[in-house]
Amino acid sequence: MTPSIEPVLLLTDLLLWAMLAAVGAYAWYCARRPHLALPWRRVFESRSAMASAVVLAAYLLIALADSVHFRPALDAPSRAARPVYSTEVWSLLDVGLRRLRLGTEKTYSEPFATRLFAKERIEVSEGPLAGKTVRDYPRLRYGGAQLRSEDERAGDIARRALAGFAPALGGWMVLCALAAWRIAARRKLRFAEGWRSLWRGETGLPWNSALAALGLLMLLAAPLYSLSFAYHVFGTDKVGQDVLYQSLKSVRTSLVIGTLSALVMLPLGTALGVTAGYFKGWVDDVIQYVYTTINSIPGVLLIAAAVLMLQVYIDSHAELFPSALQRADLRLFALCLILGMTSWIGLARLLRGEALKLAELEYIQAAHAFGVPDARIMLRHILPNVAHIVIITLAMEFSGLVLAEAVLSYVGVGVDPSTISFGTMINAARLEMAREPMVWWSLASAFVFMLTLVLAANLFADRVRDGFDPRLRRRAGAAAGAA
Amino acid sequence: MIGYLLRRLLYAIPILIGVNLITFTLFFVVNTPDDMARMQLGTKRVTPEAIEKWKAERGYDKPLLYDGRAAGLAKLSHTIFFEKSLRLFVFDFGTAEDGRDIAAEIRSRMWPSFALALPVFLVGLAVDITFAMFVAFFRGTRLDVAGVVLCVAMMSISMLYYIIGGQYLASKLWHLVPISGYAGGLDSIRFLILPVIIGVVGGFGAGARLYRTLFVEEMSKDYVRTARAKGLAETTVLFRHVLRNALIPVLTGAVAVIPALFLGSLLSESFFGIPGLGSYTIDAIQAQDFAVVRSMVFIGSVLYILGLLATDVSYTLVDPRIRLQ
Repeated sequence: MTPSIEPVLLLTDLLLWAMLAAVGAYAWYCARRPHLALPWRRVFESRSAMASAVVLAAYLLIALADSVHFRPALDAPSRAARPVYSTEVWSLLDVGLRRLRLGTEKTYSEPFATRLFAKERIEVSEGPLAGKTVRDYPRLRYGGAQLRSEDERAGDIARRALAGFAPALGGWMVLCALAAWRIAARRKLRFAEGWRSLWRGETGLPWNSALAALGLLMLLAAPLYSLSFAYHVFGTDKVGQDVLYQSLKSVRTSLVIGTLSALVMLPLGTALGVTAGYFKGWVDDVIQYVYTTINSIPGVLLIAAAVLMLQVYIDSHAELFPSALQRADLRLFALCLILGMTSWIGLARLLRGEALKLAELEYIQAAHAFGVPDARIMLRHILPNVAHIVIITLAMEFSGLVLAEAVLSYVGVGVDPSTISFGTMINAARLEMAREPMVWWSLASAFVFMLTLVLAANLFADRVRDGFDPRLRRRAGAAAGAA
Repeated sequence: MIGYLLRRLLYAIPILIGVNLITFTLFFVVNTPDDMARMQLGTKRVTPEAIEKWKAERGYDKPLLYDGRAAGLAKLSHTIFFEKSLRLFVFDFGTAEDGRDIAAEIRSRMWPSFALALPVFLVGLAVDITFAMFVAFFRGTRLDVAGVVLCVAMMSISMLYYIIGGQYLASKLWHLVPISGYAGGLDSIRFLILPVIIGVVGGFGAGARLYRTLFVEEMSKDYVRTARAKGLAETTVLFRHVLRNALIPVLTGAVAVIPALFLGSLLSESFFGIPGLGSYTIDAIQAQDFAVVRSMVFIGSVLYILGLLATDVSYTLVDPRIRLQ
């Protein structure tokens, strides 16, 4: 038996999973140390953090499902022959959205449309005009193709939406009941009391907000998914590709850019910032010189210059990249590197200031007196005390990077044009602004998906800042004391 | 004071040299001029002669750092580094792909950029500060929470959507202003008003939230408590004491960006067809005109350094405790 798929390992896939593993290890490490777990607990005690964490987790799931790539085998002409694999690379997400990926129309069609957005010559098969050709809007190949008559559309949509809605509602209620049962079991209460404390939010963490956000997501996503089997829920774009499919594929690009840029930013910013603040003197001067110089080049221009040069490099070394997907993937990764190179400065500056202060404190002086080597002092005594700044900065940077991707793609220095991203979606839709009537659905869909992601990230980052910043905590404590 | 300014200006020189080295590395070392020529001429079927011709026309046919064949000082000056990078210091930018003089182009294009960026900056500052004062006055109440949520929601929307939405509403639906274009003189107001409004709205979320944080932080300081204990009305405390002190970081922060206003806004300018430096840069990036991008990088960092200098000076003007030596 030969395997019917051949795995394809992309660089960003690997890094994304590695990143997830690192975050998991950090969470595990934190969970067993109360002083590290406490700030995170404070973060999740807020309702908005809980709700946005659920939304972010949903996006992450989509991105991860889209980060397992493989090439399916084609039907081999004979059994003895070695399996031939398709040149098209699929991901797990594509398998779930098979119908959306394959169901392409000729060109634009409106959301829930049964007919194309542009008129075409079609041959009439029945009625008085049979055999003649007329100019009309042709029926879609996939959208609403199951309908015998287009008058049934409204009823069909309602039926399908309900078919998605009902199980989602049921599933959500089961989840709620499980949560209530668990709370009741933990506190040795009756089930009804557990239910009541869940409803009123009288639990340690606001599980009711998480469940509400989850419910909202499930109740929206399930009908959309069940409808997507018969209609183009968000319409199709210029080449007839489903816009819902594009929006879901864009999620991975956004998350890759938002998270992998940290890969460069984190080590550079931390190492240089702490070193500069700890050693002072000429080391500090050199590091300050480096970051002032990089900072003095306007960010977009530096990114543009770097991406232009990357483009030249890729074009003149085409033999290095076996497939278009790998080329696009490398460009995505390079973009992350470049974004990281331009965004570590803020972090380094903050850490330098903090390290300057810490280096003067008695416990550092004591470590010196005991003869602890500098590297060890920085690692064991300074780094843990600036970790909150690193976490806050990373959380705050994320949404900015997601927004930057769209702008950079518009400028022409973003991801590869073949990579589906919010930026390329907006860019393609923008050109159709002048069309009458307007093609609005690509823009609207990208808007909704992007706004949800960035808003959730911003709200979560806000809470992370509140939970980790010792200054804010002291003030909140003082205010509580005064009241 | 003058001595300090001179020293700061001298300090700018190594930074500009650093910028120069970065651009030099990016544009000539990572990729050779041959690669650029192939890119410009189209990768397929380029004869070596065509590449040589392209390089000779643009002066890229010299060695990078050292020319052993030349005599005397020309060993160093007859190089790409000298001609393309060091020349930037005297604002000699050479010519763009279309044969025009880049320096002249920059001189004529910086004014439309400034005409757009300055009102955005001033109006934006006024609106953001007013709103921040307003919510800070009601801090801790529902109004404050609603204000912060509004800011976070507004900063979560991509600038592209503000521009596209504004163009659609104002130009296409209501026919209030032309959708894009530019004219000199007073006529320009008609073309600038929409981009200015969009610029202000687009920057509102991040700006107002930042200023609110500054104001609230200022309000928790000891002198504010003293002023209240003295029996001053809350409005007096806010406008007489808090506002003045909180404006110091706001204004000095704002001074830093004034020189950069000449660079213009990449997005607004290219969407609204304003012939400023922002749209110049975008066009150059899209046409892969390396000479223009290189020049803009240099100009950008010069303006940034001027901004840093202006910030330091403005500190001494508003805060008598700081003396520059």
